[in-house]
Amino acid sequence: MSSSPERWLARLAVLALACSAALAQAQDRFPGVGRPATASEIAAWDIDVRPDFKGLPKGSGSVAKGQDVWESKCASCHGIFGESNEVFTPLVGGTSADDVKTGHVARLNDPTFPGRTTLMKVSTVSTLWDYINRAMPWTAPKSLATDEVYAVTAYLLNMAGVLPDDFVLNERTMAQAQARLPNRNGVTTQHGMWPGKAMKTAGKPDVQASACMNGCAGEPHVASFLPDFARNNHGNLAEQQRAVGPQRGADTSRPAGSPPGAVALAPAPKAANPNAAALALLQRHSCTACHGIDSKIVGPAFRDVASKHGSRADAVAYLTGKIRAGGQGVWGAMPMPPQSLPETEAKILAQWLAAGAKK
Amino acid sequence: MSNHDRPAGRLIKAPENFIRPDEVRTVFAQAKAGRRDFVRGAFAAAVAAAGTGQARAQGNPVPPEGGDPHILNLPAHSKGLGQAVATSGYGMPSQYEANVQRRPSPGLTQTAQSSVSFAPLQSLFGIVTPSGLHFERHHQGWWDVDPSKHRLMINGSDAQILKKPLVFTLDEIMRLPSVSRFHFIECGANTGMEWGNVAVPTCQYTHGMISCSEFTGVPLKLLLDMAGADYKRGRYVLAEGADGSSMTRTIPMELIESGEVLVAYGQNGEMLRPENGYPLRLVVPGVQGVSWVKYLRRIEVGDQPYGTKDEAVHYIDLLPGGQHRQYTSTQECKSVITTPSGGQVLLDKGFYQITGLAWSGRGKVKRVDISVDGGRNWQTARLQDPVMSKCLTRFSLDWVWDGKPAIMQSRAMDDTGYVQPNYQQLRAVRGTRSIYHNNAIQSWLVQESGEVKNVQLS
Repeated sequence: MSSSPERWLARLAVLALACSAALAQAQDRFPGVGRPATASEIAAWDIDVRPDFKGLPKGSGSVAKGQDVWESKCASCHGIFGESNEVFTPLVGGTSADDVKTGHVARLNDPTFPGRTTLMKVSTVSTLWDYINRAMPWTAPKSLATDEVYAVTAYLLNMAGVLPDDFVLNERTMAQAQARLPNRNGVTTQHGMWPGKAMKTAGKPDVQASACMNGCAGEPHVASFLPDFARNNHGNLAEQQRAVGPQRGADTSRPAGSPPGAVALAPAPKAANPNAAALALLQRHSCTACHGIDSKIVGPAFRDVASKHGSRADAVAYLTGKIRAGGQGVWGAMPMPPQSLPETEAKILAQWLAAGAKK
Repeated sequence: MSNHDRPAGRLIKAPENFIRPDEVRTVFAQAKAGRRDFVRGAFAAAVAAAGTGQARAQGNPVPPEGGDPHILNLPAHSKGLGQAVATSGYGMPSQYEANVQRRPSPGLTQTAQSSVSFAPLQSLFGIVTPSGLHFERHHQGWWDVDPSKHRLMINGSDAQILKKPLVFTLDEIMRLPSVSRFHFIECGANTGMEWGNVAVPTCQYTHGMISCSEFTGVPLKLLLDMAGADYKRGRYVLAEGADGSSMTRTIPMELIESGEVLVAYGQNGEMLRPENGYPLRLVVPGVQGVSWVKYLRRIEVGDQPYGTKDEAVHYIDLLPGGQHRQYTSTQECKSVITTPSGGQVLLDKGFYQITGLAWSGRGKVKRVDISVDGGRNWQTARLQDPVMSKCLTRFSLDWVWDGKPAIMQSRAMDDTGYVQPNYQQLRAVRGTRSIYHNNAIQSWLVQESGEVKNVQLS
């Protein structure tokens, strides 16, 4: 074979042509399918923020401004101090000034500490910013302005003792917040459960078992089971098993060992419920996130609202207005945010409340 | 009371001596000796005397009148005209199947929009989950999205990592060459309530955050090729949903290059159900369900993982020592006996088919062994065809119940050689507070009454 430089160059040129042709083929194989995304389309949807802060928009927010945002838009679910466990698990709590120094939350080693708050777990401040920006408030995601996201993130970190009262969070000071995050050193990728090679991992399974066939374990001891008093905690299991076949469900509405009764079928759907429209609206507008029919959650029980206001002459008009405008003070300090449902639907709910909030 | 991902309030400590350890020892000493001189009633204190297998038996004796009235007297459906075609434009299950439903676990979550419903594994056959019984996990409630308005965008974390950012309508995605494949999807928190001790009664609640479907869609690799992705730099992909939380997760590029990751619109021959991401979701075989982003709106190719909420606050596994494992994604090899299982009552002594499901996020199930004596001795079960990669596999074993107590377990192995661990082996490495990725061997105690209980052994 010749090795003259000209021939080599010619071969390289052919090779390069072949490569670009292959690439062009992949990109042009499906004419008429897909089109280039415009810059404004990408800007509208590409909102993710990475741990290295790539994607973080310019803006700023102080701890003080964050408190205002928090109390008007966040506290109703998360509590005034981020401590509430009524609707979501607590965000704040369980971290210490020492954790801010070490980057390890010591409480994670304390099995008696009840639960784990967000600030005990999170290792990247970008995660807080990104999630608040894309998903909060829960019933109106993506409604916060960029400055509000900075502010409320600052306030959250202030409540957790991470940032001082006078801190202003912006795209340049995010790194300072990261450097003080209590659990920033608390995660590892040393495991065998990431199916990729670019990340540094252990690469293989951590738990080793054997496929022993005979005389394997010692004598088995039952160490844990559901006690009799919890027998019916998940409802009557007889109604949760098929009514034909080798087995039936245990009738857990009665004590263990009771003589068998008739095979139970789950109750058939009821005839049209006159309250169905209102009940469906409660679900659709997530009213039930904060109110129970019979029980207080964040806001009062619907029954309590019904008994307090149902007898007013203007009950329907009053309640329609309250649902749409929100309010504070009638049922305590926790504000109810304004609800953006159509007036016709608010009226259906108000009529249902005025009639006694029946299921 | 409880924590979103650690439902402490549900973890009910069993009172000591409910089944006395010496009684359990007696039973298994006898079992070991070949059940000679088996002392009946060793579990009597635990199960109370009244209910016996016989009392619960349906039986099929010849009645005194010489025949079964259901045979001798023809029923109405044998003597009349049945209903017309298309009485219902979309057929529903028999009225007698009303008990087979997906259900939430009471008290597990504080809201119904960020919550879970569990598939009724104890009532399912084969490997496919009927779409209406598929387990649900929503982070911000589900939507029925208009497909004519849904779009998918492919872009890059910087201008160099992807040549040509693209947008697709659903019409366009459905024009592309498609594949249909069977895969399981399991929530990373499946069996999470059982890390510390027994907390729930039936396999619907212990293992029901798994389902298996035939998914139809386009390999994501094809879309990334069209967009001119730089596979050398772009080793991570972000998937993002269009729902309120715009759920995001990082996927390793290796899985996409394998061709396994699909942008799917089909499920069991029809379109995805709204609860499962209609009209478009990501299918990431072998990886926990949270990565199978529903209402998929955007794919971003990047050079770093993204540290999203569900990989930095949730879906991180707490280890003894206080470190959390991050980016745990693979669902390791696991199995469960679905019948007999917790909350069921065997009708009588005699023949039964023990059957259940096995799966592995690393490949195919190679073998399943079954023990009926609490893990002392094992027999290899039959695997039902087809056995597919990263898919549920149905196993079964013949068994004659002699009316005596038995503790049933299944143990799966996959084609990498990995063996499903028992609780002692798993807890020795990961402790009891991990929440996620509990793939321990499940134990069901068949009591003399025929009632089956969820138990854990020491």
